[in-house]
Amino acid sequence: MFTANNLACVRGDRHLFAGLGFMLEPSGRLHVTGENGSGKTSLLRILCGLSLPETGEICWQGESIARIGDEYHKNVLYLGHHNALKEELTALENLRITAALADIAMEDKQGAELLGRVGLAGREKLQVRFLSQGQKRRVALSRLLWSSAPLWVLDEPFVALDTVAVTWLAGIIGKHLSAGGMAVLTSHQEVAIDGGIAQTLRIAS
Amino acid sequence: MNGVAPVYAPSPRGALGALGVLATVIRRDLLLALRRKSEVLTSLFFFVIVVSLFPLGIGPEMALLRTIAPGVLWVAALLAAMLSLNRLFASDYADGTLEQMVLSPAPLGLLVIGKIMAHWLVSGLPLVLIAPVLGLQYDLAPRPLAVLILSLLIGTPLLSLIGAIGASLTLGVRGGGVLLSLLTLPLYIPALIFGAGAVEADISGLGAAGHLSLLAGLLALAGFFAPWATTAGLRIALE
Repeated sequence: MFTANNLACVRGDRHLFAGLGFMLEPSGRLHVTGENGSGKTSLLRILCGLSLPETGEICWQGESIARIGDEYHKNVLYLGHHNALKEELTALENLRITAALADIAMEDKQGAELLGRVGLAGREKLQVRFLSQGQKRRVALSRLLWSSAPLWVLDEPFVALDTVAVTWLAGIIGKHLSAGGMAVLTSHQEVAIDGGIAQTLRIAS
Repeated sequence: MNGVAPVYAPSPRGALGALGVLATVIRRDLLLALRRKSEVLTSLFFFVIVVSLFPLGIGPEMALLRTIAPGVLWVAALLAAMLSLNRLFASDYADGTLEQMVLSPAPLGLLVIGKIMAHWLVSGLPLVLIAPVLGLQYDLAPRPLAVLILSLLIGTPLLSLIGAIGASLTLGVRGGGVLLSLLTLPLYIPALIFGAGAVEADISGLGAAGHLSLLAGLLALAGFFAPWATTAGLRIALE
């Protein structure tokens, strides 16, 4: 169970939000909506522990995430605006490094198979800087396939993807939710995700 | 809760362990350095050119050159190390890799140690290796030259460690390059004093052991505290 209580965020002089809270059960997903600059990304960064809230507390399985630290990070997968890919490395090298950071040893064969699944077969050995925006996003999204983290925090995951990939990604998120996972996501596009219990959180500016 | 089943799990999957993660970070940074050769060569060439300019400017007075050699080589090494410092975390910060490192289940301190080790291998070790050749320009005798190499070998990792603290504190700051120099160079002073001092002590017959031990002591101290301070700096930068 993932809960947030009375969260507030201040950036400079601006109070982005205050008194924000929600509760997410397994198979639950939370859509965070709001205008540009309303604090969606700030909220998501707070939820995965990258920044601290001004007030309030976030609890994972009843324990404050500030207290459990790295133990919490095992349970979270965060996909931000940046793809976290090294332009000079190949897609396969990037994938193996990302896996290693999650303490998973991945062999070239498995990596190639994963890249095939996100539609990049034959481009494994190409440096990422030669890939298109959407292809880079696909490489970043391949993390979703092997991660066993129950909580996915996805910031605009559908950006730069074509319609086929959007449907594919919605399916992947749906499968994750059906398996008992949770997801918190922001999206400006209306995407139908099957499975899971949906909640919407609107940040008013 | 042990996590949910992955949507698609490649099998077999094994854990890497702390050393495996450390090795991955080092290998990654070395691979990146190999693909961006110009960045590595810049600081090495800078070192070579700065050191070579002094004999040209001062003229062939062997006694004078011998006296200033340790100081010149050390100061040039400090500046060359500075040159590569702002790249230590900047590209990881810009492309979001640093966020993922902070969120990794592996301790951030471990990843930082890996990055510092890779930084030394790429920008510190080449200086040590080229120093004997440059020392010849200053007519250094084999023994003082050997002491100089040894002092650089102990001192350059110290420069990477201290520099990492400065690099993490100036991350994402506008005009961070200048600030980084102002912040880091004063902290390099002890390394400079004991490093260059070791060679002078050896020439004057006092023996270099004292200076070198102090330098090694500083390295041990920095090896313990610098990754910790750098980790704190990175967390603040990502806030």
